[in-house]
Amino acid sequence: MIIKALRGFAPALVFGIGGLLLWELALFIIQPEGFVLPAPSAILIAFFDDFQEILTASKNTGFIVVTGLVGGVALGVAWALLVSRFRIANETLTPLAISLNAIPIIALAPIFNAWYGLLSPVSNQAIVVILVFFPIFINTTKGLTEVDATEIELMRSYAASSWQITKTVRIPNAMPFFFTALKIASSLAVIGAIVAEYFGGRQDALGPLIVQNAGLTRYTEAWAAVLAGSLMGILLYLVSGAFERFSMPWRTAAETAGA
Amino acid sequence: MSDAKQSAVAVSGVTKVFNPGKPNEVHALTDIDLSIDEGSFVSLIGPSGCGKSTLLRLIGALTHPTHGSVWVNDKSADEARLDRDYGMAFQTSGLFKWRTITENIELPLQLMGWSKSERKERAAEMLDLVKLSEFGDHYPRELSGGMRQRVAIARALSFRPSLLLMDEPFGALDEMTREHMQTELLDIWEKTGKTVVFVTHSIPEAVFLSQRVIVMSPRPGRIASDISIDLGHRLFETREAPLFFEKVTEVREALRFEEGSA
Repeated sequence: MIIKALRGFAPALVFGIGGLLLWELALFIIQPEGFVLPAPSAILIAFFDDFQEILTASKNTGFIVVTGLVGGVALGVAWALLVSRFRIANETLTPLAISLNAIPIIALAPIFNAWYGLLSPVSNQAIVVILVFFPIFINTTKGLTEVDATEIELMRSYAASSWQITKTVRIPNAMPFFFTALKIASSLAVIGAIVAEYFGGRQDALGPLIVQNAGLTRYTEAWAAVLAGSLMGILLYLVSGAFERFSMPWRTAAETAGA
Repeated sequence: MSDAKQSAVAVSGVTKVFNPGKPNEVHALTDIDLSIDEGSFVSLIGPSGCGKSTLLRLIGALTHPTHGSVWVNDKSADEARLDRDYGMAFQTSGLFKWRTITENIELPLQLMGWSKSERKERAAEMLDLVKLSEFGDHYPRELSGGMRQRVAIARALSFRPSLLLMDEPFGALDEMTREHMQTELLDIWEKTGKTVVFVTHSIPEAVFLSQRVIVMSPRPGRIASDISIDLGHRLFETREAPLFFEKVTEVREALRFEEGSA
């Protein structure tokens, strides 16, 4: 089982380590100025040197990411359920969702800071919620509405109620769509949180850590904080994938990976 | 009318127009009168666009007539649908891929509020009827096309509806599987005594299965011929019997006449 899992990861591992080695080697040969691009080994050393600071910052940013993600997912799913169920909701809430998404959301960060206070994490959470909401809403709506016509007719022939159809057909049908969106949204949440933190919110978080380090020309340390953000994104992606597999046992491993 | 109401299905003066008054208006059915006896096996056959599927869907109250009325078991088709008088099977099995075979068969029972143990018992009985007892815990994707259709039939019969409405259920199967499924379906029909309305493109299929073949003509859809078939209990040899060929020829002629005049 473990060997089989390792074999699955092997190509990615070899590719990744090979890439890092090439990066290291290229920098060793070219010897650019330190601010252009530090070597992976230097980033890794900085990561462990500043580990406590990065860990605290990651916890704070992680809190924003996870709460924002949960909020955005809840909002997106609820909105999708409304829109797929009621025509009037579809006619009013869908254009509203599209308009919300058309706003350059990151540009709202300074405004949200004014609303919630410069050092309040709420403005950061709000950014993440709005950012996550849209892909979840669009994909889940698609999954809830693009149901095989035969399946709906069958349900009608059983005299199923609208809610029964939603529960037994539409929601399971939407699951793959939802999880595809969740994988996109989890990375978006990390990006959104860090960029929002550039403008305000808690100062002991990844965003400020990157800004401060870069400002002090400590580029390697800034990269180490970026690394922490990447690790967070990968972790969330893996957790989404695990949820996906767990909640859709009918799908083969290949189908889940391909989605 | 009182006479018609004795039948399992009574269609009288039914016309179906899609998109009435619009440029894409289609007269799918015109002046259909059809009465189907309880417990009989009736096929609807005709070329594409003759409205045979529409007629089936009208009987099943999945769509409603523009004019005329559809009575099923002395009720309006809609009332019959709400009373769950219909079991339906389509060309695509319509099995839910996220449910195991047993869970698929249990679905209508679950919607009707049956207890878990009752559902389990009935599903096992149905799986036995379609000879798929070992496959209860499998997912649909693990079954062949023919097996999936058998599950769809089991599901349609699980709540013991009085009517079985089938829309080309074997249309996507290969010839050998198809003949096998026809025999199985007749077997189930003889065991359960349901009224079956069966839509098909295939002349031999219609003749082999039915007591009555309703031949339909297209544009607008109407009933061209009503052919009774009395082949008795169907056996493997039935397909090779002279009477079988005679009836196949009769249906084919009825269809050719319509194509010629259309």
